[in-house]
Amino acid sequence: MSIFLDRNTKLVIQGITGRDGSFHARLMMEYGTRVVAGVTPGKGGQTFGGSVPVFNTVADAVDATGADASVIYVPARAAADAMLEAADAGIALIVCITEGVPVLDMMRALPYLREKGARLIGPNCPGLITPGQAKIGIIPGMLATPGPIGVVSRSGTLTYEVVYQLTRAGLGQTTCVGIGGDPIIGTNFIDCLDAFQRDDTTRAVVIIGEIGGTDEQNAAGFVQSGMTKPVVGFIAGQTAPPGRRMGHAGAIISGSSGTAAEKMEAFQRSGISVMQRPADVVDLLRRRL
Amino acid sequence: MNLHEYQARELLRQAGIPVPPDDVAGTPADVRRIAERLGGRVVVKAQVHAGGRGKAGGVKLAASPAEAEQVAATILGMKIKGLTVQKVLVAPTAEIASEAYVGVIVDRASQSPVFMVSPAGGIDIEEVAANTPEKIFRARVDPRYGLLPHQALGLAFKLYPDIALARQAADILQKLYRAFVEAGGSLAEINPLIRTPDGRVVALDAKMSVDDNELDRRPAIAALRDATAEEPSELRAREAGLTYIKLDGNVGCCVNGAGLAMATMDLVKYYGGEPANFLDIGGSSNPEKVVSALQIITADPNVKAILFNIFGGITRCDDVANGIVTATGRFAVKVPIVIRLTGTNEKEAVEILARVGMQALTDMDEAVKRAVAAATGGAAA
Repeated sequence: MSIFLDRNTKLVIQGITGRDGSFHARLMMEYGTRVVAGVTPGKGGQTFGGSVPVFNTVADAVDATGADASVIYVPARAAADAMLEAADAGIALIVCITEGVPVLDMMRALPYLREKGARLIGPNCPGLITPGQAKIGIIPGMLATPGPIGVVSRSGTLTYEVVYQLTRAGLGQTTCVGIGGDPIIGTNFIDCLDAFQRDDTTRAVVIIGEIGGTDEQNAAGFVQSGMTKPVVGFIAGQTAPPGRRMGHAGAIISGSSGTAAEKMEAFQRSGISVMQRPADVVDLLRRRL
Repeated sequence: MNLHEYQARELLRQAGIPVPPDDVAGTPADVRRIAERLGGRVVVKAQVHAGGRGKAGGVKLAASPAEAEQVAATILGMKIKGLTVQKVLVAPTAEIASEAYVGVIVDRASQSPVFMVSPAGGIDIEEVAANTPEKIFRARVDPRYGLLPHQALGLAFKLYPDIALARQAADILQKLYRAFVEAGGSLAEINPLIRTPDGRVVALDAKMSVDDNELDRRPAIAALRDATAEEPSELRAREAGLTYIKLDGNVGCCVNGAGLAMATMDLVKYYGGEPANFLDIGGSSNPEKVVSALQIITADPNVKAILFNIFGGITRCDDVANGIVTATGRFAVKVPIVIRLTGTNEKEAVEILARVGMQALTDMDEAVKRAVAAATGGAAA
């Protein structure tokens, strides 16, 4: 078992003929992901990598292959429309790797995606991996190994660091999800924590947050009220300098400065074991399992 | 990207919001001339990308052009939160019957723009929010429809019970939202929005921040960037495609990815050191970026050791290794370099470094410990 992604997921790659899209398409296929189609407007009818049909639209790809997930590697200015196109075609899981998507585009796209019943992961995220089964995105496959730990993170390479520590210590993972570091994202910590709580094979969860915003505080509240599985957490940015913040609206809206100390306290209060450094993840998990 | 007040005022003026006339100057003599033209009594305001200008002494009233010249001389060149004041805005003083606050921000929690208004505006608005939150009124905007007229009027009535004033304020709120969207804003704020004794509602100040991801498709906004308002090393880094923030410690850090970069700085502190900077070389792996990164780090005289922490994914370790070798061949790096790299093309990277007699570690904790020891005068790595 796993969350969001398994070996049966049928993936369409939006932007499969681009530089990043083609490179990571090959890595995903090598890992075992069922890549059933690619989309690049104007290149419909071609074949990618000798076996993957390319279509002009996501709708064509879904009609022909029954794809139920998509990954987006298109330029930032086209990314929001690519999400909407996937949702219109009935795709249930949309993963957007593209970074630099304007926030105003995301605010308009998200209500539409929700009305269509689509889950978006990202944008500006490394994607997700269910070790031994499939990966969507750019997380290096050799880092992860199957096991009972769920991982959810706002970061990219810091996620790799923590997964690497877990794998080295023999603590495998059910699914690792990088939800992305942008202010407006499709899937948040709570969505993932809830899915891990419901997933029978996940026995403990690692949550990796950062300074800024209040998502970690909200996640802490959810852990306290909605989770029975042990959770171990890390917050990056304890030494980050206070910003030269402009205006007052940020502080007024959240009533929070979003510091690492504030988030670590929220974790502690809600029963999350807090790591002082990434390497602590192993000991803390062993103690709680 | 933050805009200066004078730039934000101009955008609000273009949107049709009443903003008093103003001008910008870089010398006290120019300030005097502007004050003469504006009629004598003026306010002189530091133009820096930092909040709390008034409390730092960067905003002063002057009763005459001569006094304006004097106060400008004290404000120009002063430092506010580390930034040197290079320009001041000069505007006529206004008669104020009351001060309100209005702002719109991208709210992460509701994933939409949220307006906030308060009849208790002015410099202590954050204290108002903390101590008397009932004086702050909010409205969530559906970005697909924008600020609806009844929402604007509803907020405006919270500021002014009088319908004539409320209509003026509602009009300003609508225009503020339009200016916010057209600039690709993440924040737009008027504080104070004033009522004059003769019953007009006027914006006396303006703050705007723009989403950096909007700049590609809004060249007119991108052109407002004031490179002289940035820390020179941070500007150089941005032009090289790096994200760099200078700090006061002595362990220079070069990392790929913002989260890992912050975690690395935290670990430097954990092992008793102080990071000299935040530096994220980003997701691509161009060796030239690594050369630029090393140039920027070594230009900081406080740096006593340099720590590379690279976790290869999209970034290839061999590209980083090539960058380090190229840089050390081009200019002398006089402090010890500790290198940790693992992930994509790690083996190739280790070979590239070994050829020039450098070694690489695979463990983050070990690398940080060695870098801290090297910086604090312990054994060099």
